[in-house]
Amino acid sequence: MTIPSPPTAVHFDTALHLEPALHLDDVRKVYPMGDAEVVALASANLTVGSDEMVALVGPSGSGKTTLCSIAGGILSATAGRITVGGQDITGFSDKELTSFRQESVGFVFQAVNLVPFLTARENLIVVDELGRRTGAPARERADQLLEELGLADRAKNLPSQLSGGQRQRVAIGRALMNEPDLVLFDEPTSALDTELGEQVMELIRSEMKSRGTAAIVVTHDERITHFCDRSVHIIDGHLDA
Amino acid sequence: MILALRELRRRPGRFATAGVILTLIAVLLMFLGGLLDGLIQASTGAVRAQDADVIVYSDNAQASLARSRIEPEVRETIELLSAVTEVGGLGVVQLGARVPDAGPRDLAGVALFGYELAPTGVPDTPADGEVYADEVLRADGVEAGMELLLGPARSPVTVIGFVSDTSFNGQGALWASPATWRDVLDANRPDARVSGEVFQALVVRGDAEPDDLAAMIDRITAEYHTASATRSLSVPDAVNAIPGVEEQQGTFNQIIGVTIVIALVVIALFFSLITVERAGLYGVLKALGARSSTIFAGLVAQAVVVTLIASSIAAALTIALDAALPPGSLPLAVSADRIITSVLLLLVAAVVGCSFSLRRVLRIDPASAIGSSS
Ligand SMILES: Nc1ncnc2c1ncn2[C@@H]1O[C@H](COP(=O)(O)OP(=O)(O)OP(=O)(O)O)[C@@H](O)[C@H]1O
Ligand SMILES: [Mg+2]
Repeated sequence: MTIPSPPTAVHFDTALHLEPALHLDDVRKVYPMGDAEVVALASANLTVGSDEMVALVGPSGSGKTTLCSIAGGILSATAGRITVGGQDITGFSDKELTSFRQESVGFVFQAVNLVPFLTARENLIVVDELGRRTGAPARERADQLLEELGLADRAKNLPSQLSGGQRQRVAIGRALMNEPDLVLFDEPTSALDTELGEQVMELIRSEMKSRGTAAIVVTHDERITHFCDRSVHIIDGHLDA
Repeated sequence: MILALRELRRRPGRFATAGVILTLIAVLLMFLGGLLDGLIQASTGAVRAQDADVIVYSDNAQASLARSRIEPEVRETIELLSAVTEVGGLGVVQLGARVPDAGPRDLAGVALFGYELAPTGVPDTPADGEVYADEVLRADGVEAGMELLLGPARSPVTVIGFVSDTSFNGQGALWASPATWRDVLDANRPDARVSGEVFQALVVRGDAEPDDLAAMIDRITAEYHTASATRSLSVPDAVNAIPGVEEQQGTFNQIIGVTIVIALVVIALFFSLITVERAGLYGVLKALGARSSTIFAGLVAQAVVVTLIASSIAAALTIALDAALPPGSLPLAVSADRIITSVLLLLVAAVVGCSFSLRRVLRIDPASAIGSSS
């Protein structure tokens, strides 16, 4: 059900019919908090083009992670419609969401959550092993991604034997393993210093652009937004776009 | 699943505690089972060895040879039945035997049988004064050609050969002629002496189903000998009716059951701890698209592998223990059947134990993976 990425050469061709990677239509998320309620997202509308990179900028607690979680099928919305790569996931059951996550989205979490007892390469391949296994193609893809991410010589290292930036790159590779329509980066550089953060952003941009994959990059750091095609601001659950 | 097994390989240390405890439990289980089998074997061997369809006791004997008496007239009545093809008398007396070269107080417990129809593995009735000895008596120093002195009267019998698995009440059997049995009984247990052609029980071969044959015999003896009616049992029923056998089995099976429950609790606790510890990891895996069933299958796979490894070590230890114990010191009978049964029970305990973590695995929210909280 993956929509094939368009060749970049014909990308400008507007006649080519392409579904947006993400379409949020009046999405609302309310967390119950005892008797009160926390409105984490208030009627969010957002469209991310099929190969667009959007920076999501906002202060802490503004609803960035909530938005990503809903877009990635990790959290269900209180109201509104969510369409990812042409797939309407609004009414999906837990089971359908599980396969949706397995096939259609990639995540890079705020805290790098690699499997501690697996090597860098195995941390990529694990994505394939969780679903319907493809075996050899997945291994080739993992090797290719590690190569692109400059980790070829670290493939056999455990996360504990990698630097913070290297771990972040492994997490990026893992997010790309299932050839997703949309990759969600939740503060991918917050744990890195400025220079390393910029290197990682550079890498994310080249990976996204070479594949024509859409991405949302969450940050509260205005300095890295220029790596993205455009920025969307969020304050107290309200999007400005 | 691959992930779970890889974790087992990469981090065996995490599973060592559970593995060691399970190994000990498995040893206990196999040891208890072997002991039960050995005890039952030692108390039922002589009856199990009977090559017959039916064993006939007197009605009031509660299937105990010592309490049972069959008069010759009763035997004649039974022999009249057309379905009965062969009838043999059987009697036993339990005594202490003096073994040459052993200390004067080192009595070997023996059960001297007088028999007419040879049990399985026992040759035909020997000459008076001669006996075939059960192999377990070798542990007491009994050898072929030896003269044993039985009971307070020191009745002499000569061992002319060995037979196996014919113990009675935990004592090694000596197989002798009916006359020898009567003489020894007469000399050592004057209170229990039997005259002439009286036996304690009869073994009967016939050409009807054992249960039918038993019913026929009991019906005819009840009709013609109201005062000395019989109670006949097929050999398997007679084995179970031996006083103490069912009680022993019941007690041991209860202990074995409790041991299995302990194994189950250990596995349940261990794996629910592991699940709690791994909640973060499981959240991430779910966010990456792992189904709960995949995660739970991995947990079960780990429990099964740990149990199998523990069981293998335990089986090896039990077999080694069996080999190391001097023969005759403990009635331990280690068999493949018992080991396999123990392993299967432990595997069931492992799977059931894991299932206590199922709810927790199901409840882990993929959303726990995202954000700064994890
Ligand atoms: N599980 C929850 N239960 C209740 N309230 C929640 C829950 N998760 C988030 N919230 C609330 O929803 C709001 C948005 O949270 P969210 O995690 O999306 O913020 P964020 O923009 O990602 O913040 P940060 O930059 O600190 O990661 C916050 O006010 C937060 O307290
Ligand atoms: Mg956040």
